[in-house]
Amino acid sequence: MSKLSLIIRREYLAKVRNKSFVIMTFLSPILMVGMVVLIAYLAKLNDSEKRVIGVLNNSHYFSNTFLPTQSTSYVQFKDLSLERAKDSTLEMGYYGLLYIPDAPNLEKISENVFFYTKDAPMTTVLDKLEEIFQGRLFQQRLQDIGVSAQEFARVEDKFQIKTATFSGQRNLKGINMVKAFIGGGFGYLIMMFIIIYGGFVMRSVIEEKTSRIIEVIISSVKPFQLMMGKIIGTSLAGVTQFAIWIVSASLLMFVVFTMLGLDISVLGQNPSFAQGIPSTIFQIDESLQLYFWELLKIPWLLLITFFIVYFILGYLIYSSIYAAIGAAVDNETDTQQFIFPIILPLMLAIYVGFFSVFGNPHGPIAVGFSLFPLTSPIVMLMRLPGGIGEGGVPIWELVASIVLLVATFIGIVWLAARIYRVGILMYGKKPTYKELYRWLKY
Amino acid sequence: MKDILVTREVTKRFGTHTALHNVSLEIPRNSIYGLLGPNGAGKTTLIRIINQITHPDQGTVFFDGVPLAPHHIAQIGYLPEERGLYKSMKVGEQALYLAQLKGLSKAEAKKRLRYWFQRLGITGWWHKKIQELSKGMAQKIQFIVTVLHEPKLLIFDEPFSGFDPINANIIKDEILRLRDGGTSIIFSTHRMESVEELCEHIALLHKSEKILDGKLSDIKKAYKSNIFDVSIDGFRAESLMAELQHSFTIGAVTQNALENSVDFTVQLPSGSSGDFLGYLSDRANVTRFVETVPTANEIFIKTVESKESNE
Repeated sequence: MSKLSLIIRREYLAKVRNKSFVIMTFLSPILMVGMVVLIAYLAKLNDSEKRVIGVLNNSHYFSNTFLPTQSTSYVQFKDLSLERAKDSTLEMGYYGLLYIPDAPNLEKISENVFFYTKDAPMTTVLDKLEEIFQGRLFQQRLQDIGVSAQEFARVEDKFQIKTATFSGQRNLKGINMVKAFIGGGFGYLIMMFIIIYGGFVMRSVIEEKTSRIIEVIISSVKPFQLMMGKIIGTSLAGVTQFAIWIVSASLLMFVVFTMLGLDISVLGQNPSFAQGIPSTIFQIDESLQLYFWELLKIPWLLLITFFIVYFILGYLIYSSIYAAIGAAVDNETDTQQFIFPIILPLMLAIYVGFFSVFGNPHGPIAVGFSLFPLTSPIVMLMRLPGGIGEGGVPIWELVASIVLLVATFIGIVWLAARIYRVGILMYGKKPTYKELYRWLKY
Repeated sequence: MKDILVTREVTKRFGTHTALHNVSLEIPRNSIYGLLGPNGAGKTTLIRIINQITHPDQGTVFFDGVPLAPHHIAQIGYLPEERGLYKSMKVGEQALYLAQLKGLSKAEAKKRLRYWFQRLGITGWWHKKIQELSKGMAQKIQFIVTVLHEPKLLIFDEPFSGFDPINANIIKDEILRLRDGGTSIIFSTHRMESVEELCEHIALLHKSEKILDGKLSDIKKAYKSNIFDVSIDGFRAESLMAELQHSFTIGAVTQNALENSVDFTVQLPSGSSGDFLGYLSDRANVTRFVETVPTANEIFIKTVESKESNE
């Protein structure tokens, strides 16, 4: 076996046999699924809570308006004074009392409607009540001016411009955002991986320094081999962990949801959808289908290929910086001053991605950051779901971005290896940036 | 080829600091070579150059007659002063890993490890983790790992630190046995008594330069100052002493009342010890007459100090 593969093997085994690593690997999916289940359960619980509201209705306008819904039911009081009604509401433990006075017209009545509760009422309840009155007023006002609901709907119909590329592809409003989200997901994965496993690489270098084994080892292998072996071994352990997480979390999720009979769609439920008027629902259905087609049209193969390319290059660049930091310091507390400058471009990439790529994936900022090597692995992945070539990322940009990334990769690994080589044999000094620069010339 | 390792005018700089300046050494085969010097003299840098951990800015190193090359690391064993092992790794696994990094096959490494574990009486440790062992125990593992691949050249930097006297003796015997088996050894230490005991040749580094090297016995000869330790019977010694003090350089006279003797040291012109002894034995009963040979420690201190006063 070559020395590099020996080192990779040791680093991999050292990582995956580590107790806290094992615990994290198997506990995280359980925690994750547990949290999702808890949220789903709470959402369901929230829905099933019923409120009773007393209604003292002295007006004929609202005789059939208060129909019980999933979360609220109404009790009608008849021929009671307001004071008596309040007392009864309190006595029965109802949520509140809705008082509708009598008046000659609806406008007057609405002005004097009161909702009495023990404390300030919940906004969701209030919203619902207001919606009822608004609907009723809307109906009445239409009637007063002699316009039917259908006629009004035709007047109010919103206009949406249809868009297409020159080659005739239909575009969808907001699809850029959806696509960027998907690319952003990949980019985010890269960032998380870099931060977690880059940190592992760094700690493993520090451990070798503090246990003083480093000089024993580099009398047998080149420091560069040791550094690369460490980076590759640790990342393989990371890939293993990620794979276990994804597989076991999805399995667990499936098992738990089938067992508890929870509906996953609970999570995606948006109250405003349920309240919307039928015509909007129909519209959403239609565009959902379009979105679905658009998602199918995303060049997944291309996306995943470049995800792997950017992932490997980006990870290697950052983790060799982490390794150099680990070599430069004596203990983990000294790493802070160096860590921040590394995290900065990663954060920048994510934020720039979310703010400018989502709006315009081919704008100057998006292009610039997808070429800049320290941010390109994340930003370019956000742009890529739009495809390459016409309508997507121009091929020259993709090529330039990868060439720059590879060049940076070679440069950074070379620099990091030099710092690493000197740093691993330095003890007891808290290095400054100036000193690190001097090490490059040793 | 007489020498296992030769350095020719090796110079190494770190920024503005010169760690080694034109250091030339010949390290003979099949013997123990003491590499001495105060802290910061450049010993570790030189050892790291021999191990190809760093490379010289100028000068060449020859191993076994040819310029030092990467494949030579399999023929060199190095026990650094700053040493340690992976704390959470098991002893056997770790020893196998380090042996394989030196180019041994797994099966061969296992066989040799078994032999060494038996030899040092630590067979039960294979499945223990380093963090469960005491410092001395871990040092034993470290020693085995250093010599396991049977290198032609062994470099020990303070090999006895961390050992109790009994185990230090065991390790010393192993080092001597390795030398007798044909291995060449570079031995770097501050403990002069072990230099005296083990080294045939020494080199002294001071402030990045070699200021002394050669066979220890030759160096001692060169550093002799013709001072002799003498004891005579106390009978009528007082008048004799007065006479001696008149015509010779006498230092440190002590009367030993219990044994009725007088001890003193005398500085003689070189080559005149026989004449002096004849002169003395005519006048008194000489019970002891020994030339004082400087210890390695004295040579070390004297050379370094004279070098410093010259600057």
